[in-house]
Amino acid sequence: MIDWLAQPWSFAFFRHGMIAATLAGGLAGLVGIYVVLRRMSYIGHGLSHAILGGAVVGYIANASFYVTGGIWGAVSALMITGVSRSRKIGADAAIGIITTASYAVGIALISRGHHFTRNFEAAFFGNILGVTTSEVWLLVAVAIAVAVTIFFFYKQLLFVTFDPEVASSFGVRTVLVDSVFSLVLAASIIATMRILGVTLIAAAIVTPAVVARLSTDSFSRMLLLSVGVGALCGFGGMYVSYYGDIASGATITLFGAAVFAVVYLGGLARGRFSRARRGDQTAADDPGEGLVGFAARATALADIDIH
Amino acid sequence: MTAPASPPASSPFVEFRDCAFSYGGREIALEADLCLDAGSLVGLVGPSGAGKTTLLRAVLGQLKPVRGEILIDGQPLGSRPPRRVGYVPQLETIDWSFPITVEEAVLLGRVSDAGLLPWPSRKDRAEVAELLERLGLAHLRRRHIRALSGGQQQRVFLARALIRRPDLLLLDEPTSGIDVATRQDILTLLRQLNAEGIAIVLTTHDLNAVAAGLPELVCMNRRVIAHGPPDVVFTPEILRATFGSEMIVFHHDGMLLTADAPLHGPEHPHHAHVHHGAPHVEVADLKEAR
Repeated sequence: MIDWLAQPWSFAFFRHGMIAATLAGGLAGLVGIYVVLRRMSYIGHGLSHAILGGAVVGYIANASFYVTGGIWGAVSALMITGVSRSRKIGADAAIGIITTASYAVGIALISRGHHFTRNFEAAFFGNILGVTTSEVWLLVAVAIAVAVTIFFFYKQLLFVTFDPEVASSFGVRTVLVDSVFSLVLAASIIATMRILGVTLIAAAIVTPAVVARLSTDSFSRMLLLSVGVGALCGFGGMYVSYYGDIASGATITLFGAAVFAVVYLGGLARGRFSRARRGDQTAADDPGEGLVGFAARATALADIDIH
Repeated sequence: MTAPASPPASSPFVEFRDCAFSYGGREIALEADLCLDAGSLVGLVGPSGAGKTTLLRAVLGQLKPVRGEILIDGQPLGSRPPRRVGYVPQLETIDWSFPITVEEAVLLGRVSDAGLLPWPSRKDRAEVAELLERLGLAHLRRRHIRALSGGQQQRVFLARALIRRPDLLLLDEPTSGIDVATRQDILTLLRQLNAEGIAIVLTTHDLNAVAAGLPELVCMNRRVIAHGPPDVVFTPEILRATFGSEMIVFHHDGMLLTADAPLHGPEHPHHAHVHHGAPHVEVADLKEAR
C-alpha cells in the first residue's frame, strides 16, 4: 500500500501534477462555496467555455491562451454580475446568455476558415501531463492572490452572499465586492482549467462546497472544509488518474462525486437531512438535488473514451 | 449608553422634504413630506404597496428621491447609507438555508467597523456576547439561524442592527409571523431600546395589537395621510383614506380597536350603502352602548 502510494512520487511529472491538482482542487473548493451559496452553480461551466472562446481568439491572433482567455473570462464574469443585478434577470439566465455568447465568438472565428490543428482534448477533459512548470507557478500565484483577496474581503463577501440587499445598508460596497469576486472567480477558473478540464470544472467547484455544506451549519467551518475536500479530491483524483491512465479532470470529478455520495448517503442513513429535523426548506435538498445530477453526469462522462 | 448632552426632544431627526419616489418609469410610488423626531417610536401603517418599505429603503439611502430631499440629523442623505442607522429586514427575506450561526450573523453588523481580518476581534466578541446575553440568545450563539423560534430569529437580526450602536432603528414588519406572546416580548424590547434613546421606525399590518399601542403612527397609502398618536389618526375617515375600505373604530377600557365594517365593501354591491359624502361609519363607544 505504502509502495503503491509512494511509487509515483519518484516521477517529476507526478510531483508537479500532484501539487497542481491539489492546489487546483483546493482553489476550486474555496471559490465554490460562494458560487454554491449564490445559487449560480453553472457559472464555472459557463466561464470555462467563455475562456475557451477567448483562447481560440488568442490562437488565431497568436496571443497567449492566458491573455485572451483571461480577458474573455474576466469580462464575461463582470457582465454576468452586472446583468444579474437587474431584478428581472436571474444569475442563471445571465450565465446562460453571456458565457455561451463568449464561447460562440470563438466558434464563429474558427468557422471563418481557420483550421484547427491544435489538440484541444487536454483543455476539454483536463490533462495534468500537459501542464508546464510555468503553469504550475501561475496556479500557485493565482491561488495565493485569491486566498489573500478572500481573506481581506471575508466579511464583506459573507454579507453580500448571505443578504445582498441589506449588506449595502450596512455600508458594504456591494458593487465593488461583486466585481472583486467575479475577477477572483475568472482567475481561478483560468488557472485551473488545464488541470480540471473545461467541461468538468463545474463539478470541481460545486462538489466540495456541497459536501462541506452537508457537514456543517457554520459558514467559517464550511469554507475551511470546502477547501480541504477540494484539495483531497485533487490529491485522490491524481492517483486514480495515474493508475487508471484517465484524464485528470475526470478522475478529480469522479473522486469528488464519490466523496459526495459517501457523505450524502451517510447523512441520509443517520437521518441528518430529513425535512422534519431541518425544517421545510432544507439546504441539504437544494444543492443536493443539483449534485445528484452532477454525479449522474460525472458517471456518464466516465464512459467516454478519451484516449 | 450615555444620554445625549441636551436631548433635542422636538428637533426632526429624519426629515422628508417634499419627496417623491419611483421605481423606474414615470409612476410615483410614494410621496412623502414628513418629520420624525429624535427618540421617537413610530409605526408606519398602510395596506400592501402603500410604500412603507419604500420609506425605510429611502432612509437607508437605497432609493433616491426623484424629487425633494431627505435629511438625517440635519444632514442631506448622500449615496452612502447613513452611519448610525440600523436595519432589521422582514424575516421572510432571509435565506434560512444559508450556513450561518447566530454569532456569525450578528457579527455581520460590525462589517464596516471591524478591521480587515476575517475573524472577530476580542472587542467584537465581547460586544456580541454582551448583546446576545441581553437579548436572551447567549446559549444559542453556535446554533444555526433556522434552529430558532420566530421570536429568537427576530432578535438575532435585531442584534445584528444593534451592534452598530444605532441612533435610529428601522424594522420591516418585526411582528409578522410570530406568535402573540413573542410579539409582546419584541414590542417590550423595542420600547426599552426607545427609552434608552434610540429612535425606532417600524412597519406593521397589525392595527390593534401593534399600531394602537405605539405612541406615534404614520398612516400612508402612497402618500402620508395622517401622522400622530393612535387616538388622533384612528378615525374612520383616515382609515378609509389609508386602507380604501370602511372600518369601525372602538374605544374600550382605554384600548383602541379597529375592525372591518361588515358587508360594506365593494365586493358586496347588493348590500352596499349609498354614501353622500358624509362618513357613515360610527365611532362606537362600547361602554356607553352597554
